[in-house]
Amino acid sequence: MKTLSLEEKLFLDGFRPDQESHLAIKDPRVCLEKCTAKWCTFTCPVRTYRWEQDHISVFFEGCVECGTCRISCEFGNIEWRYPRGGFGVTFKYG
Amino acid sequence: MEKFDAVVVGAGPSGLVAAYVLAHNGLDVAVFERGDFPGAKNVMGGVMYNWPLAEIMPEFPGDAPLERHIIEQRAWILSPEAAFRVAHRSLAFDREPYNCYTVLRSRFDKWLAQRVRAAGALIIPETLVVGLLRDNGRVVGVRAGRDQGDVRADVVIAAEGVNGLLVEEAGLRGPLQPEHLASAVKEIIALPQGAIESRFEVSGDQGVTIELFGDATMGMLGTGFIYTNRESLSVGVGATIRDLNDRGINPNDLLEHLKAHPAVAPLLEGGETREYMAHLIPEGGLRAMPRLSTAGMLVVGDAAMMVNSLHREGANLAMLSGRLAAQAVLRAKERGDFSAGSLAYYDRAVRESVIYQDLYKYRNMTHFFEKHQHFFGLYPDLLNYAATEMLTVDGASKRRKQRRIFAEARRRRSLWRMFKDFFGAWRSVA
Repeated sequence: MKTLSLEEKLFLDGFRPDQESHLAIKDPRVCLEKCTAKWCTFTCPVRTYRWEQDHISVFFEGCVECGTCRISCEFGNIEWRYPRGGFGVTFKYG
Repeated sequence: MEKFDAVVVGAGPSGLVAAYVLAHNGLDVAVFERGDFPGAKNVMGGVMYNWPLAEIMPEFPGDAPLERHIIEQRAWILSPEAAFRVAHRSLAFDREPYNCYTVLRSRFDKWLAQRVRAAGALIIPETLVVGLLRDNGRVVGVRAGRDQGDVRADVVIAAEGVNGLLVEEAGLRGPLQPEHLASAVKEIIALPQGAIESRFEVSGDQGVTIELFGDATMGMLGTGFIYTNRESLSVGVGATIRDLNDRGINPNDLLEHLKAHPAVAPLLEGGETREYMAHLIPEGGLRAMPRLSTAGMLVVGDAAMMVNSLHREGANLAMLSGRLAAQAVLRAKERGDFSAGSLAYYDRAVRESVIYQDLYKYRNMTHFFEKHQHFFGLYPDLLNYAATEMLTVDGASKRRKQRRIFAEARRRRSLWRMFKDFFGAWRSVA
């Protein structure tokens, strides 16, 4: 079957992004100074987190709200909440 | 401020069943759901057992949106280029009441919520519960993320799912550990009904499940799966966050790896992906279970780590826990006592139930396999190597082939270690 890129897959899902991110890096210095592994940049199933030279960028709009990042960050440096009620992903099939 | 007999946080299997039982018995129940509708955020692999729902809710199965009843369960042990397959099919699974069904949770949970509403519970969608209300150390309600969102209740049932933020806020467990959670991803892949019937050897509403081990997870602790729906397949894979962290693997890449496996790809040929999703599976078992109750609050379902990962049972255990929690609340209501001591009745009920009995049986399993990853890499490879070797006719005698296989196995792992591995594995599930 045809292989879709992650971006193409996310295009299939229904999203209603909030204005503000429900995810945040607690202390950017931990990412810069202590974290060499950068787990969040690869364990997130939708690649919400990207390392950009000296900081993590959080692309919360495509978050599917699984919670992997919160557990994956062994420094506990991700402030993780659910989006406000009615926002975020909606699954047609689930 | 509004006051209910009970507030349920989360409209999934555990919360909805709890609300159903409470509403049926005349209690004022509100269910908070953060999605647009119940089911909007809910994900699982896809197998829903008949028990205990049929026993709790006479309307089930009725007109519930079920996909296929499962008549055959397969297990495939993969090496990178081979598959060792075992399967069990029985007419017993083709007779009503069916043992289990595939479901699509967005639709199924919506249906379940309608039954719960009909029983008299108030379901409040699009509303996130952001915290607990507490008074003198007891939970007395929830704070909903909306104006004047404080809602009081005699008891709060935390059916919030695997992430368990309220469970943490209540101090019922410490932080979740990467080795206790699997990150799983899944695609819904549309296929014509005829293709599903011929590829999986089924007709009508019959269905098949396949669990995939070994190269399915690139040797990590976890499993893959293929489940047949009416006109689609649920194809997914999960591995512990500990292993994803240590191996540097992205779950979507893992899924593409699985889909490309030579034994898997032909089943998916011509399919079209319709949806992609991710979800955590609480696999820590009994050792990682939080405290189940405190004054004014009970914990059910995934939030309570009630998953039997070996048998991929979760929603059924969640529903049973929802029922047991509701029964504890009814008893507390009768006595007018929602103290920790009174609600501990729920803990005892869980302990006497199949939830605890099965999780107790497998209490050492997760820990064992976490320390013995050869079961996901080395041994699936050796099994397939042995099968390929024995089935290849090349002039070598069968005895010589056996010697080759043993030599290869011993080259990769000592006899004593293999013995210890398998004895340990047996002990961890016996």
